[in-house]
Amino acid sequence: MFRKIAQPAQGVTVEVDGTPVRASLGETVADLLLRQTEVGFGVNAASGRVRAPYCMMGVCFECLVEIDGRDSQACLMPVREGMRITRRMGRPEVAA
Amino acid sequence: MSDHVDLIIIGAGPAGMSAAIAASRQGLSIVVLDEQARPGGQIWRNVEQRRDGALSTVLGRDYAAGAELVDRFRACPADYRAEASVWHIDEGQGTGGGKVFYLKDHQARVLEGRCILLATGAQERPPAFPGWTLPGVMGIGAAQVTLKSGGQIPDGPVWIAGCGPLAYLYAMQLRRAGGTIAGFLDTTPPGRLLPNFFAFLQAMLFQPAPMLKGVAWQLALRCTVPWVPHVAALTADGGDRLKTLTYTTTGGKPVTVEAAHLLVHEGIVPGTHPTLMLGCEQAWSDAQDCFAPKLDEWGETSLPGIFVAGDAGGIAGAQAARLRGELAAVAIMRRLKPSAVAERDAVKRLRSRLSRIIAGRAFLDRYFRPREAACLPPDDTVICRCEGVTAAQIRALTTNGLGDPNMVKAFTRAGMGPCQGRQCGYGVARLTAEITGTHAATVGLYRARPPLKPITLGELAVLDKQRTEA
Ligand code: FES
Repeated sequence: MFRKIAQPAQGVTVEVDGTPVRASLGETVADLLLRQTEVGFGVNAASGRVRAPYCMMGVCFECLVEIDGRDSQACLMPVREGMRITRRMGRPEVAA
Repeated sequence: MSDHVDLIIIGAGPAGMSAAIAASRQGLSIVVLDEQARPGGQIWRNVEQRRDGALSTVLGRDYAAGAELVDRFRACPADYRAEASVWHIDEGQGTGGGKVFYLKDHQARVLEGRCILLATGAQERPPAFPGWTLPGVMGIGAAQVTLKSGGQIPDGPVWIAGCGPLAYLYAMQLRRAGGTIAGFLDTTPPGRLLPNFFAFLQAMLFQPAPMLKGVAWQLALRCTVPWVPHVAALTADGGDRLKTLTYTTTGGKPVTVEAAHLLVHEGIVPGTHPTLMLGCEQAWSDAQDCFAPKLDEWGETSLPGIFVAGDAGGIAGAQAARLRGELAAVAIMRRLKPSAVAERDAVKRLRSRLSRIIAGRAFLDRYFRPREAACLPPDDTVICRCEGVTAAQIRALTTNGLGDPNMVKAFTRAGMGPCQGRQCGYGVARLTAEITGTHAATVGLYRARPPLKPITLGELAVLDKQRTEA
């Protein structure tokens, strides 16, 4: 988990897995999620392991989350008021 | 509808911004596409918003200095489009320039340029080791990005493992920010100074200020944080997140310690996906242990009208990136506007400043060259993070007569995940070389294919609509 070194002046409210959370203006969704107690950003579809950001600059795709209904790289996405962020912690099911 | 402009610049870091400022002075029409929300690249990420306050002190003067370039970039007439992610580049069949396809606001768009400048920067060299996929393990560069963009540091003691200027710089910043360093596992192999002493003197001569700063950081850290030199191997363990790490020094026994945060770094390498996809000729750099596109003295690739500036063309740092951006702008301007002549003296000055930086770089390349073990990890190491392919799986294949990364990809799925081989390209090349008794330089990297970034069919469909309406 990460912690802020100073309390930001301006903030926005977003929703993380259905719960309202305060975020600071100018940070990315990945920055915000790194401060949540739950470590994972999701589960790797191939291996089922819990994954978390590795590069923070758009290279590794370990930060994929659903933002307003679309799969997005959290480390490239600035937080915006009212954003809905969902982490998918289960492996995708393939219907038989 | 496809817009036509003189120059398309991809990337708004030091190289892209400098090129845009220089080229727009000559009246060229320019569009700058950048994946991030704000200009600055990784080096000056979010610098506009961090002009003062606690964070600016933590990050230091070199970071704060970036604001001045960002201001000039914002003020220049180039059309800057943020949060635009390029997924395809189509070169103009030898006629120069080409088409750039990008995604913005969930819509595919296309732009045509008489010249294209790729200023797409570098990435951290992925130092695959057992357990590096666990949450809690991250690149040092990544930790620095979240410091710049989120103003945050790991909560609790941090283990740092690696070598190179960025590792020492971040450790200093972390301490200034009130963070705790549990230990610094320095992976610089023993006996690197003596054989490179001439390069050291040369670097001291040409780049005294940054060199002295680097030496001072090392001394300060060695005196104040638990310092373990000559770390040769590293393993991270834990179930769903990092709990312990084990390190072994050259000739020593493995030591296991508790760990909640492990930050690793083995230098940076150019991001080669755009130039690989375009088919620009690449060259292996022995000095930097990586591939880089072949460039002429202005930064032009083997394809006419396609230029590269900054670390995407070989690692030399932000100051060099600015100069290379300006040099590329001169060449592009000469091509597109022969009437406007650049001053000879100005070009000469740019070149001499650049050669001083390059002369100082040689020492860093040699002294911090990653150790072999960082490139050839043990069997149980995940090489391809996306598809969970291990070194053992790749080794098993190559012994069966497969000597080509693209074949490894076809058989194991390594490199087929969303990152498209950006993290495992070198790992697979090394392993393939190891088994076939060749060198990564001959093996090469995967082929890169469009789309460079995942794009949905819905997003793509917009492109067709724009075309029919045009
Ligand atoms: S953390 Fe690597 S792409 Fe976002």
